[in-house]
Amino acid sequence: MLLNQFLLLGALLFAVGVYGVLARRNGVMVLMSIELMLNAVNLNLVAFGVQHDVVSGQVFALFIIAVAAAEVGVGLAIVLLLYRNRKSIAVDEFDLMKG
Amino acid sequence: MWILENAFLIPLIPAVSFVVILLFGRKYIGVERVQKVGIAAVGIVWVLSMIAAVAWITRVEDSTASKSGDAEHAQIAVNEGLSASGSSTLDGDLHLAAEDDGHGDANSKDGSYGYATTEPVISKVDGWWSSGGIDFAVGTLVDGQTVLLLIVVTSISLLVHIYSAEYVKGDRRFVHYYAFLSLFTASMLFFVMAQNLVQMIVGWELVGVCSFVLIGHWWEERPNTDAAVKAFLTNRVGDIGLLVGVIILFGTFKTFDIDSINRMVGEMGSEVHFAMLMASIALMAAVCSKSGQFPLHTWLPDAMAGPTPVSALIHAATMVVAGVFMIGRLYPVFFEGFSIGTSSINLMAFIGGFTALIGAGLAFAQWDIKKVLAYSTVSQLGYMVMALGVGAWTAAMFHLFTHAFFKACLFLGAGSVSHAAHHTFDMREMGGLRKYMPHTYKTFVISTLALAGIFPFAGFWSKDEILLGAFAGQQSAYPLMLIFGCVVALMTAAYMTRVIWYTFWGEYRGHGHPHESPKVMTVPLWILAVMAVVAGAFNLPTPVLEVFGLESLAHLVQTYAEPTHYLNAIGLSHPDPSLWLALVGLALALAGMAIAFMYFWRNTGPHGLTERNRYAKAGYTFIEQKYYLDHLYTDIVIGSIKKPIARAANWFNDNVIDLVVNRAGEGARDGGRWVYRRIDQGTIDTTVNALGSGADAGGQGLRVMQTGRVQNYGSLLFGTAAVVAIVFVIVL
Amino acid sequence: MVAQNIAFGIIAAITVAAAIGMVSTRNIVHAALFLVAVLGGLAANYVLLTAEFIATTQVLVYIGAVMVLFLFGIMLTRAPIGRIPRMTGATWPVAALSALALGGVTVYALVDRFGTDSLATDSRVFRTADVSDSVFSQYIIPFEAVSVLLLAALIGAVVLARRD
Repeated sequence: MLLNQFLLLGALLFAVGVYGVLARRNGVMVLMSIELMLNAVNLNLVAFGVQHDVVSGQVFALFIIAVAAAEVGVGLAIVLLLYRNRKSIAVDEFDLMKG
Repeated sequence: MWILENAFLIPLIPAVSFVVILLFGRKYIGVERVQKVGIAAVGIVWVLSMIAAVAWITRVEDSTASKSGDAEHAQIAVNEGLSASGSSTLDGDLHLAAEDDGHGDANSKDGSYGYATTEPVISKVDGWWSSGGIDFAVGTLVDGQTVLLLIVVTSISLLVHIYSAEYVKGDRRFVHYYAFLSLFTASMLFFVMAQNLVQMIVGWELVGVCSFVLIGHWWEERPNTDAAVKAFLTNRVGDIGLLVGVIILFGTFKTFDIDSINRMVGEMGSEVHFAMLMASIALMAAVCSKSGQFPLHTWLPDAMAGPTPVSALIHAATMVVAGVFMIGRLYPVFFEGFSIGTSSINLMAFIGGFTALIGAGLAFAQWDIKKVLAYSTVSQLGYMVMALGVGAWTAAMFHLFTHAFFKACLFLGAGSVSHAAHHTFDMREMGGLRKYMPHTYKTFVISTLALAGIFPFAGFWSKDEILLGAFAGQQSAYPLMLIFGCVVALMTAAYMTRVIWYTFWGEYRGHGHPHESPKVMTVPLWILAVMAVVAGAFNLPTPVLEVFGLESLAHLVQTYAEPTHYLNAIGLSHPDPSLWLALVGLALALAGMAIAFMYFWRNTGPHGLTERNRYAKAGYTFIEQKYYLDHLYTDIVIGSIKKPIARAANWFNDNVIDLVVNRAGEGARDGGRWVYRRIDQGTIDTTVNALGSGADAGGQGLRVMQTGRVQNYGSLLFGTAAVVAIVFVIVL
Repeated sequence: MVAQNIAFGIIAAITVAAAIGMVSTRNIVHAALFLVAVLGGLAANYVLLTAEFIATTQVLVYIGAVMVLFLFGIMLTRAPIGRIPRMTGATWPVAALSALALGGVTVYALVDRFGTDSLATDSRVFRTADVSDSVFSQYIIPFEAVSVLLLAALIGAVVLARRD
C-alpha cells in the first residue's frame, strides 16, 4: 500500500467537506461537513503515524475525536438557539453583520 | 508492617469521607448525622495511625536488636546500604524499599547516642506521570517523624471532630464544615507522608485551601472574608518560596525524591553548600508563611475569625506545624544550607527566636482570648523553628508533639468559654468563670501550666530540651538563642497567667448566665488535659528515669521518631541533659507566673503605668498595634508602591506631557495658520477631496463583500488559503 | 498486499461517493445517512492502517453518538423530511471553486512530495494497550486538558440550549 493513497483520500474528503461548509444552507449540514473535514485530518494523522512508526498519530486522532465531539455538542446547541430565536437555521439568512 | 507499606490508606479514608459528606451529606445522610461520618472516618484513621506507630516501633526495635554489633563493621554496612538503596529507589516499577531492613550504625561521632539506623518504609509507583522527560513518582514515605505526626494529627482531629458536633450544631453550613474538616485531615496526612517534593507541594497547598475555606466559614461577615483572603495571600507569598526551593533542589539533585535528596546532601556535604543555602532561604520563606514566623506571621491571629475548633485544629495543632515538619523532613538540606552547628547564629535560629520573642510580647496586649492564644502559637512555633535552627531536631519535634495537645486544649477551652459566655471572645466581658465552668477551668489551668513550662507538665520537658539545645548547640553554643528562649519562657508564663485572671477570676463582667458546656465538649478537653500532663513522658531524659529504674523508657521520641538514616549522615549530636538549666527554665516560668500573680491578684506593681508614663504608653501602643507590621504591609509597602507611582505619573502628566502638548499645540497652531493660507487652500484641498471621494467609491465597492453571511467569509478564507498554498507549493 | 489494495479501492470509492452524495443531496436525512457511510468507510481505513482502537472509537463515538446528536438536531430544528428545494446557497460556485482550488493544490503537493512512497511495512502494530500507555503517561496533561474541554463544552451546551 502506498502512503499517498490514504493521504489523497483524506485530501479529497477535506475538499468535499470545505465545499459542504461553504455551500450548504442548513446549519446542521454545515456541522456535518465540518465533521467530514475533521475526519479527513484524522486519517492523515493515523497514516503518518504508521509511516513514522509512532503511536502519537493515533493518540492525536483520539484527541481530535474528543474535540470534535465537544464541537458538535456546542455547535448543535448554537443551531438550536438560532432556530428558537429565528425559526430558521438557513445560515445565509443571518446577515446582521452586513456592512 | 502491612500498614507501613500501605500507609496511603490513612489519608484516603478522610478524603473519601470528604467526598461522601459533600455530595451526599445534605440529601441522603441528613444534616444531623453527617458528623458521625466524619468522626467515624477519623476514628478509623486514628486506629490505623496507632497500629502504624506500633508497627514502626517494632521495626526500630528489630533493626536495633539485629544490627547493633561491632561499630566498625556496622559503619561499612551503612555505607554499602546507602549506595545500594540510593540506586535501587530510582528504578523499578513498584517496589518496596521496606524489604531491605535497617543497617546498624553505632555512630562513632562524639556526643551522639549511637542508635542503629532504621530505614524508612517507602512504597512508591514510578511513572505516575511524566512531562518533559521527567518521571513523577507517587508514593508514601513513612518513618518515625511521619508516625509522630500521624499520631498528633489524627488524635487532635478526632477530638476536634467530636467537640465540633456540639460547638457548630445548628450552623447554616454544618455539612460543609464537616466536609472540610475531613478534607483538612486528609491533606495534612497526605502531606506528612509525601514521598517526593511534588506531593509535598500538593499537600501543602491543599492544607492552605482548607484553611482558607474554614477561616472564611462565616463569610457573610466582612472581617471573616478579609481574614481568609489575608491568610491565603500571605501563604501564597511563602508558596513562591517553596516552589523556588523545590526547583533549586530538583536542579541540584535531578530528583524530587525526598529520601534520595536527604541522602545525597549527607554524602555530598559542602559540595552543594551554596545551592543548599539558596534552597534553604527560599524554603524558609515558605516556613515563615505557613508556620507564622516573623515577618509573615500577621495572618495567623486574623485567622482566628474561623470557628474555634478550626482554630484548634488548624491554627494551633496541625496546619501551622507544616512548616516545622517540612524543615524536619528536609533537615539535611537546612543543616547544610545554614551551616547549623558551626556558628553561633544562623537565619533559621534567629527567625525562630525573634518570632518567639515578638509573639510573646504581642500576647500581652490582646483582649481577645483567641488572639492571645494565636500569638502564643506564633511564639511557640518560633520556639520550634529556633530549636531546629540550633540543631535540636528531637527537641523541636518533641515540642511540636506536646504543644499540639496543650494548645488544642487551650483553644477548645476558649471555645467552651465563648460557648458559655454568649459567643464573645473578649476577656473584658468574662471573669469569674471558674465558678460556672469547673471543667473548662481545670483543663485550661492544666494546659496553661503545660504551656508555661511548669514541672512536671508536658511543656516543661520539651521546653527544657529546646533550651538545652540552644545552650549546648552542636559544635558551638547559641548564647543569643538561649537568652531569647529564657526571656520567652518568662513572658509565656506571665501572659498565660493574665489570661487566667481575666477569664476565670474576678467578677463576671458579661451579660446573661454562663454555664458549663455539655459533656461532648468537656470530655475532649479532659482527654487533652491528660495528654498535656503525660505527653512529656514520651521523651524523658535518662537521669530522671534512672531514679525509677526505667532507663529503657528514656528518650522515646528520640529513639523512635528521629530519622537517624539521614541525621547520622550529617553528624547530628545530642547534648547531655543538664539539671541546673532545667532549674533555671523552671525558675523563670515560676517567676513569670509570680509576677503576673502579684500584679493581678495582689494588685501590686505599677498599675496604670501606661496612663501615667509617656514611654510606657508608647511601648504599649507599639505592642497593641502589633509592632505596626500590618501598617507596614498595607500602608507603607503597598502604599509606597502604589502612591508614588501614581504621584509620579501625575507629575509627569502635569508637567512633562502637558508642556509638550501645549508647546506642540502652539507650534502646530502657528504652523497651521501658515500652511492654511499658503498650501491648504491652494493645492491640498482639491487633492484631499479627490482622495475622499475615491475612498468612498472604493468603500462602496468593498462593501459588497461585507455580506454578513458566514459562508461568504468562509469562502474568502478558504480561497485565500488555497491561493497562498498554491504560491507556496508551486511557485516557491 | 493485493487484497488490501483491492479492499482499499472499494472502501475509498464508497467513501468518496458517499461524501459527494452527502454534500449534494437535497434530502437532509439522506445526508446524515451518507455521513454514516463516510464515517464507516473511514473506520475501515483505520483497520487497514492497523489502528484498531481508533477504528473502534470511530464507530462508537461518531456513528454511535455524534450521529444521534445530528439526528436530534435535525428533528429539533423541524427540518422538512424529504426533498428541500434550496439546499445549496446561491454562492455555491464560489464555494466549489474554493474547494477545488484547495483540493487541487493539496493533491498536487502530496503527489509532488510523497509520490509513490510505499507505506512503511516494518511498522509496529499499536494495540489498544500501547495507545492507552501513551495517553496515560506521555500525553497525560493533554488528556486532562481534553477532559476539561469536554466538561466546558457540556456546560456550554446546556447553558445555550436550555429554555429559561
